[in-house]
Amino acid sequence: MLKLPIYLDNNATTPLDPRVLEAMMPYLTEVFGNAASRNHPFGWAAEEAVDYAREQISKLINCDSKEIIFTSGATESDNLGIKGVFEMYSQKGNHIITATTEHKAVLDTCKHIEKLGGRVTYLPVDEKGLISLEELEAAMTPETILVTIMYGNNETGTIQPIREIAKIAHKHGALFMTDGTQAVGKIPVDVIADGIDIMAFTAHKMYGPKGVGALYVRRKNPRVKVTAQMDGGGHERGMRSGTLNVPGIVGLGKACELARLEMDADTARLSALRDRLEKELTTLEESYVNGSVEHRLPHVTNISFKYVEGEGLMMGVKDLAVSSGSACTSASLEPSYVLKALGLSDDLAHSSLRFGLSRFTTDEQIDYAINHVKEAVTKLREMSPLWEMFKEGVDLSKIEWAEH
Amino acid sequence: MAYSDKVIDHYSNPRNVGTLDKSKKNVGTGLVGAPECGDVMRLQIEVDEATNTITDAKFKTFGCGSAIASSSLATEWLKGKTVDEALAIDNMEIVEELALPPVKIHCSVLAEDAIKSAISDYRVKNGLPALELAHH
Repeated sequence: MLKLPIYLDNNATTPLDPRVLEAMMPYLTEVFGNAASRNHPFGWAAEEAVDYAREQISKLINCDSKEIIFTSGATESDNLGIKGVFEMYSQKGNHIITATTEHKAVLDTCKHIEKLGGRVTYLPVDEKGLISLEELEAAMTPETILVTIMYGNNETGTIQPIREIAKIAHKHGALFMTDGTQAVGKIPVDVIADGIDIMAFTAHKMYGPKGVGALYVRRKNPRVKVTAQMDGGGHERGMRSGTLNVPGIVGLGKACELARLEMDADTARLSALRDRLEKELTTLEESYVNGSVEHRLPHVTNISFKYVEGEGLMMGVKDLAVSSGSACTSASLEPSYVLKALGLSDDLAHSSLRFGLSRFTTDEQIDYAINHVKEAVTKLREMSPLWEMFKEGVDLSKIEWAEH
Repeated sequence: MAYSDKVIDHYSNPRNVGTLDKSKKNVGTGLVGAPECGDVMRLQIEVDEATNTITDAKFKTFGCGSAIASSSLATEWLKGKTVDEALAIDNMEIVEELALPPVKIHCSVLAEDAIKSAISDYRVKNGLPALELAHH
C-alpha cells in the first residue's frame, strides 16, 4: 500500500539514511566527548571519529582531509566562504562575481558585502539557466578576488560549466568558490580536476542529518585562507570556532561514504525515473521543462503547466510533497526569482512544480505522481477560462484585463 | 495554508463548471481578474426574461482554491434568484460561508465583481444602461 503524501521534495531536504543514523548513534549516546579535549580518552574517541569523517568526506570530493572545515550547514559555509575571502583578501581587491540564480545564502551574503563597501557583479543566465563564459571573462577586473557560482541549481538542477568558470577565475588571479549543496553526493565533484578553491556543502541534502555542513578550503596551489566569522576557541584551523558537532560530523562522513559507493547506481536509477516522470508529464499540452535538460542533476525536474494557477495546482497535487515556483503559500506573492531569471513570465513561474527524487523514491511512487499530476492539471484546465480561450485560439495578450 | 472544509469541498467538487452560449440575448457574461494577478473568473448567468429570474449560472476560474470555491458558491447562490436579488450579494457573505482567511478576501471580492459584471452585460444586451462597477 502506497503511503501518502509521497515525498518528492528532496532538493529541500532528504530523509536520513538508516545506515547514517546507525553510524551516528554511538556519538549521540555513550561516545559523547568533546573532540577538542586532548587529555582524556573521551576526547580522543570523539576526535578519532571526526578525523575518520574527514577522510570519508575528502575521498568523495578528492581533497586532503585537512581541507575540510566543519560548519552548521551550507548557509554558514556560504557565508564563511564569501565573507571570509572578502576580509582575508581585502588588500588585493574588493570585487566579487556571482550569478542571479544563486541561493539566497550566497545572494544575501553578497548584498551584505556591498554594504561593507565591496563591489559585486551578478551575472545573468540564459533561458537554460547557464551563465555566459564571455560575460564572466568581461566582468573580471584586477580587483576581482572571488568568483562564486553554484555547481547545480536547487530549483532546476542546471549544472554550470564549473571547470571553464574556474579557469577564467584563475587566469585573472581570482579564487573560485562554488556552492556545491545540491551537487556533492549526487554527481562526481572533484575539487582538483574542477579547479575549485572553496566549496560549501551540507549533509542533509545527501541523506545525512540537518545542522552539519562543511566548507572545503584549498591548502595548496594556492593556499587559501578565510577569515573566521565567529570568534572563539580557534577550532578548524582558526577558521571556524565552536565545539564540533561530533554526531553530525560522523553522519556527514557516513553520508559521503555511501554517496561515493552508491552514486553510480543511484544516478542510473534516479535519472531513469526522473526521465520517465518528465516524459509522461510533458505529454500534457503546454507543459515546459525549466532549465537545462543537457546539463542537469540526475534527480531533478522542474515543469511549468501553462493556464493553470500555481496555488490551485499545489492544492490539486495534495498527495505529493513538492515545491512550487509560486511563493503564494508563503508571505510573499513573488514567483521564483530563479525561474524569472531564466526569462519565464510570472504566470509560468507560478505554475511550475519542482520534483526532487531520492535514493528512497520508488517506481510505484513515480507512477502515482504521474497520474496524480496529470489528473490535477487536466481538471484545473477544464475549469480554467484561460485554457478555454487558448483552445479557441484567443490571443490572451490582446485582452484588456480588468486589473484589480 | 489550511483551507476550510467548505473550500476543499467546492474545489474538489466544483458546482456549475461550464460555458453558456454568450451569443444569446438572455445570457450575461462577466470576465474579471487578470492572469498576472493569479486570478481570472468568468461567470455567466442565463435569465428568464419574463420573470427576471436567473435560471442557470456557470463559471470557469483560473486561480487558487479559494477563488474556485468563491465562484462555485456564487453560481449556486445565483440560480433561482431574481437579477435584483443577485445584485445584492455581498462579498462578505461569501467570506463568511467559506470561512476565507483575510489574505483570501480578494477572491470573494472578485466573485462579487464577476456577478455584477455578468448582470451588467445582460443589461446592456437588453437595452438597459451598464452598471457602474466598483473597481477594487
